[in-house]
Amino acid sequence: MADLSKLTIAAARDALRKGEMTSVELTEGYLAAIDTADALNAFVHKTPEIAMAQARAADARRAPDAPSLNGIPLGIKDLFCTKGVPSQAASNILEGFKPEYESTVTTQLFGAGAVMLGKLNMDEFAMGSSNETSCYGNAVNPWKRGNDDTALTPGGSSGGSAAAVAADLCLGATGTDTGGSIRQPAAFVGITGIKPTYGRVSRWGIVAFASSLDQAGPMTKDVRDAAILLQAMAGHDPKDSTSADIPVPDFEAALTGDIRGKTIGIPKEYRMDGMPAEIEKLWADGTAMLRDAGAKIVDISLPHTKYALPAYYVIAPAEASSNLARYDGVRFGHRAKLAQGDGITEMYEKTRAEGFGKEVQRRVMVGTYVLSAGFYDAYYNRARKVRALIKRDFDRVFEAGVDATLTPATPSAAFGLGEMANADPIQMYLNDVFTVTVNLAGLPGIAVPTGTDAKGLPLGLQLIGRPWEEGDLLNIAYSLERAAHFVAKPARWW
Amino acid sequence: MSIDEGTARRVAKLARIKVEEAALPALAAEFSAILGFIEQLNEVDVDGIEPMTSVTPMRLKRREDVVTDGNQQAAILSNAPDAREGFFAVPKVVE
Repeated sequence: MADLSKLTIAAARDALRKGEMTSVELTEGYLAAIDTADALNAFVHKTPEIAMAQARAADARRAPDAPSLNGIPLGIKDLFCTKGVPSQAASNILEGFKPEYESTVTTQLFGAGAVMLGKLNMDEFAMGSSNETSCYGNAVNPWKRGNDDTALTPGGSSGGSAAAVAADLCLGATGTDTGGSIRQPAAFVGITGIKPTYGRVSRWGIVAFASSLDQAGPMTKDVRDAAILLQAMAGHDPKDSTSADIPVPDFEAALTGDIRGKTIGIPKEYRMDGMPAEIEKLWADGTAMLRDAGAKIVDISLPHTKYALPAYYVIAPAEASSNLARYDGVRFGHRAKLAQGDGITEMYEKTRAEGFGKEVQRRVMVGTYVLSAGFYDAYYNRARKVRALIKRDFDRVFEAGVDATLTPATPSAAFGLGEMANADPIQMYLNDVFTVTVNLAGLPGIAVPTGTDAKGLPLGLQLIGRPWEEGDLLNIAYSLERAAHFVAKPARWW
Repeated sequence: MSIDEGTARRVAKLARIKVEEAALPALAAEFSAILGFIEQLNEVDVDGIEPMTSVTPMRLKRREDVVTDGNQQAAILSNAPDAREGFFAVPKVVE
């Protein structure tokens, strides 16, 4: 049996094609690893029967021309609807919900031969940056601060996906990213995560949070695997009206490692007051790596960066308040027990109070407020105007010839679970300060691990690319990955 | 902007989320903090800027106005907390 800690999607694909291993062996290996890793609380619904059936089918069709993910075991974020398998968005309000349909992304992955090991933990409705709002309890980061035993967050909202990939419980996982929910957890656990251009990947069958910001993407052990997995997830879908009807290029073929002549922008507004010296150094080191690889480095300005988080915390809750109106206790999920004489309004109010956690309730209500009569223009329309300015900042930089911008992925390394419990919500929101602009502007962004902090925790950098240029972005990330040569792994304690 | 308990109560009602009276002061304080953070947007000059409706200049797609799906009553009702005789059942809404 292959060493799962060293395996990548690319390596497993090649070994499976050559007949050096079978998907059944590989899948059994991962299912066993998952069963010993309950302490990480990454897999919240295990699907061993589905996995083994898919693995056997993959082995039966094994051939040199088998589909791209034939026999590759993956984890699926709980936000994706999977037919007949609990799909709860980590919320009590969807307890017992088993979709009668399959999301477009998982349909495409299964069509490419992938094996589903189970559903992965996340923040409730993808609202959170630490996986602490989940109805399943916290997912736990496989990394520790040196010899300190404090349990750390794997980040959020795709915390289970991040923990599972970092702990070698699957070869790759799906994530979704509304304000940084793929890139921040990827950075916190030392893996790669890409949020594609808005419209590149179908949102159909993914539980909606903020529809104008949500995008699904892969979370993988390296950049090549991200290219392979994104290829299988991407493409036009008539069932998603915002899905782009444009061809998907060959992302893996874009990985030449040659970035000579590329222009990389370093945005001055991302140098925040009080930024830890370690993050400053990580950023400077990454800049030097790209320069050494032949890229031209230029200082750029994205003047409205500071307003991205406040704009996001109007737009995302507003869209969430509309999207989450469907959870009414009528068609699916939880319905509260009613008292004698309770009518339909009491049913709605009790069901939503019981079913939604605190953070979700807070965001739905903030969204309701900013959309309410008298405040719509002052908050919601103003935020959408600021959003247009944030996008214009990027448009101008790209027009000036910049191919990608390099920034830190997160303002710190992973923090301890519970450490933010007494902070006000804004402190938690600041986790997304470097990532949220990308969602507002609809751009592709990728987090790549490039170093560690003084306690040995992984740190990542983010590259932001031009719309629809994921291939170019992945290639720049590939060059950065090769130069940084991040190979550290968490010491196994689970 | 400071949110008072009355506003918090009204917002909870609009959102159809039951909030106990005792929880309103804390909720109002949280709203005030979040809205205080959002107030920064007032510093931005947005004169002449159109509110963004779509990140990519894309005409919303249209399809033929025809039935593409249907005859799935059992599948549609399968996740309902209370389904009877082929319908979703709810508390009485008309006296």
